[in-house]
Amino acid sequence: MVGNLLLRGMMIGVLAGLLAFCFAKTFGEPWVDYAIAFEEHPSHAAAGAAEEPEIVSRQTQAGFGLLTGLLVYGAAIGGLLALAFAFADGRLGRLSSRSVAAVIAALGYVAIVLVPQLKYPANPPAVGSADTIVARTELFFVMLAFSVALMIAAAMFGRRLSERFGGWNGATVAAGVYLAIMTVMFAALPNIEEIPASFSPGALWNFRVASIGVQTVLWASIGLGFGAVAEFSARHRSVPGKVVGAAASR
Amino acid sequence: MSNAAFATTAPATSRAEPIPVGTILPWAVFASLMLLLAVYFVGAEEGATSLIGGSYVHEFVHDGRHLLGFPCH
Ligand SMILES: [Zn+2]
Repeated sequence: MVGNLLLRGMMIGVLAGLLAFCFAKTFGEPWVDYAIAFEEHPSHAAAGAAEEPEIVSRQTQAGFGLLTGLLVYGAAIGGLLALAFAFADGRLGRLSSRSVAAVIAALGYVAIVLVPQLKYPANPPAVGSADTIVARTELFFVMLAFSVALMIAAAMFGRRLSERFGGWNGATVAAGVYLAIMTVMFAALPNIEEIPASFSPGALWNFRVASIGVQTVLWASIGLGFGAVAEFSARHRSVPGKVVGAAASR
Repeated sequence: MSNAAFATTAPATSRAEPIPVGTILPWAVFASLMLLLAVYFVGAEEGATSLIGGSYVHEFVHDGRHLLGFPCH
């Protein structure tokens, strides 16, 4: 049962990765190319930064490499969503399987994409100093792990509250707790400001919008696609309708 | 009053019977490790934290890492 869900999630994730690739190729790659051209322009090249040997050609990076990256990431997110779904399905009040999948994907998107990206947004090549990459990577993953852990805790807390105070009240309080603690986390973690002064703000904005777009296409496709196949499979083990209206007929 | 009256049911929903946590847990532990490893290869595999030699994987999925919002360079 769980293995079957996992397989479905990963397969939907691969399909979602394919859609995300189409989006990334069309709307993201132009800004990656723009940034690499900026990076390689002699007047912008960082002092002392030797020309790096090209291990993988740009054509491969922007084509098969990008596709591979998004398919693997999509399969992983699809699989993780399926596992979270296995825990949540049938346990979130009266929500149907399809709604549970959508809720899990929405919460995952907020915790894994939206909130960490608001603090440490995506950067194209040429933005960011090579000296700070280790620190930046650590901060990013600290933020990511904390956000995910807090979201899981808030969801479990909200579910418990919902049993006593109703679904909307429980979810509202849990969302407030998540947002309040993340606000403190935003204030506590250092900012990173390494954008070269001569880098076009418009290009940076467009790159970041494209990046959020790639993630949104991926997560929306997984949440809705997995919901569709999960509901289809859930019918085979659905809860029979309760007996009602015993006195309805004579 | 016939027996049929008691058979009147609400429409079956697609709300599922919960899967026992004990059934999910072994899957969740093993699979999430594998899946997080996959995310790591796309999101972070690089010189300092390289699991497999060289920087081929890092360079190969380079554009995906940037466009998925992971720190790269
Ligand atoms: Zn890079």
